Amino acid sequence: MLKYIAKRIILMIPVLILMTLIVFAIFYFAPGDPVSRIAGPNVTQEVYESIQRKYGLDQPFIVQYHRFIRSVAEGDLGISILQHRPVIEMIKERLPVTLQIGLLGFVITFVIAVPAGVIAAVKKNTAFDYLCMSGTLLGIAIPTFWLGMLLLYVFAYKLRWFPISGDGSLRQLILPGFAIGLTNAAITARMVRSSMLDVLKQDYVRTARSKGLYEKAVVYRHALKNALIPIITLMGLRLGWILGGSVALEIIFSIPGLGRLMVDSILSRDFPVVQGAMMVLTSSIILANVLADILYAVVDPRIKYG
Amino acid sequence: MNEVILEVNNLGIDFCIEDRVIPAVDGVGFSLLKGETLGIVGESGCGKSVTALSIMRLLQMPPARISKGEILFKGENLLRKSDEEMRRIRGRDISMIFQEPMTSLNPVFTIGQQISEIFMQHQDLPKKEALSRSAEMLRMVRIPMPEKALKQYPHQLSGGMRQRVMIAMALACQPELVIADEPTTALDVTVEAQILDLIHELKDRINTAVIFISHDLGIVAEVADRVAVMYSGRIVEYGAVCTVFNEPKHPYTKGLLDAIPDIGMSRNKRLREIRGVVPYPDEIKNGCRFKTRCDYVRNKCISKEPPLLQLGTGLVRCWNCL
Repeated sequence: MLKYIAKRIILMIPVLILMTLIVFAIFYFAPGDPVSRIAGPNVTQEVYESIQRKYGLDQPFIVQYHRFIRSVAEGDLGISILQHRPVIEMIKERLPVTLQIGLLGFVITFVIAVPAGVIAAVKKNTAFDYLCMSGTLLGIAIPTFWLGMLLLYVFAYKLRWFPISGDGSLRQLILPGFAIGLTNAAITARMVRSSMLDVLKQDYVRTARSKGLYEKAVVYRHALKNALIPIITLMGLRLGWILGGSVALEIIFSIPGLGRLMVDSILSRDFPVVQGAMMVLTSSIILANVLADILYAVVDPRIKYG
Repeated sequence: MNEVILEVNNLGIDFCIEDRVIPAVDGVGFSLLKGETLGIVGESGCGKSVTALSIMRLLQMPPARISKGEILFKGENLLRKSDEEMRRIRGRDISMIFQEPMTSLNPVFTIGQQISEIFMQHQDLPKKEALSRSAEMLRMVRIPMPEKALKQYPHQLSGGMRQRVMIAMALACQPELVIADEPTTALDVTVEAQILDLIHELKDRINTAVIFISHDLGIVAEVADRVAVMYSGRIVEYGAVCTVFNEPKHPYTKGLLDAIPDIGMSRNKRLREIRGVVPYPDEIKNGCRFKTRCDYVRNKCISKEPPLLQLGTGLVRCWNCL
């Protein structure tokens, strides 16, 4: 088992390297000249070239990439053009908020989707099932940002239960957390239901019943553990998606998170910051997938370790 | 020792699929004494497994529906029991061995977890004791290194070993009735012989009654005391195993016996088969169910269904035998 985990983590390294190459290439080939951005318009050729040299922008692609990846390995993501601060520092300030929203959304997703999906499957073709499934259809159809605005209008503006604008408190994260949680729960609940329906038809569920176990043990122990195997993969993918997808919500709720930082930096063409934020987001998606892989092996003994 | 453990009377089970009502089992009855083995034989779709599952009350309802009859276990009608009462009986008083050892064990739990939960459920044993009892059961079904097997998952065992685990689970609480639904069909022949020996031996040791379901008359002849031959949801012949096999009365039973290849048979001689296929249970509205495939069919067979009547020591459902 430890060997399996180690292997997964080692396999993550080439993916991360490839990711840095892609992110770097995007910014290298992206239109827009960072030098004129730093120097401003109307500079002499000498000044322009000295800035180019200072940032190493006169070097060929491969040399620049080499330098980039070396500094990334040392934990240096460059200096913000606008704020003249290390990018890593700016990300460190913003990341916790994004992680908190994402995690809260993730927990809400799980807490709603699993029981709803299981009960809908057990009570297939009953009123509860129909209610659940039409609810999820609605949840899938509603975009996260729109649900965010709706929640903001009802619970913050009308009912005044939550602050409208970001004040940095934990309370402020609840609404965006629900916006993420509810939309993701919709898709996940459907997955849980169909996975559960599939498992409930299996012979081993009948065997469990023939042993005289409580129906609860049959459903929540024997069936659910099997039904969760495909859900874990899905949730791993969703976790990354949730983190990346909170960009719009951070703007609606004016929360100073990583997504907000990225959008602001794109608008002001602060390339090092965008690059850094993108690296962190993609890394977290990769990490989430590795975690899902490991969890997968923990739940399903048929996965070969090693 | 002549205590009746199970008595099934006039059992009828319908399947309601869309607008059709298909009588899968119609008027089936038999009884089982303590420690006795009853074989139920028949082709696929004749209602053997449905009968077995209905005794356990494990049929999916709907689409299945018990239309009539009663199932008396130690004098009490199982069809009248509440779900909770039935749950307590399952695994403790009546247990079942299923056909597919490959899919009948839960892939994500260890063998130890799957056996010990029966002890924990029915006998309130603490986990540790339940596990040591499970190891005992594994030893009883002759699984080598039981302590190691407890920690293994089903996919790490062969088909024969998994079926041994199923048997261990079925016998865990020393039930009074074990229903074995084609327990050896999915196994190869040498393993089949071992499993049959094992069932035979353990049955005597814990003195449990067994309903042994099979499509293989040869196997039933080996293990059963009495046999019921089923055709299209009905019992067509019922009696002591030696009588049914040595002097089969019903044309269907005769046909089944003729269809068993004999090792000493001349190569030139064609193996006799029963012509045609089993009709859907709702296909034949009146007359004998076997009339479409019977070589001895008469006018009476076409219009009127024969009753199950006493003939010698057994029961037969055929006009020709009266």
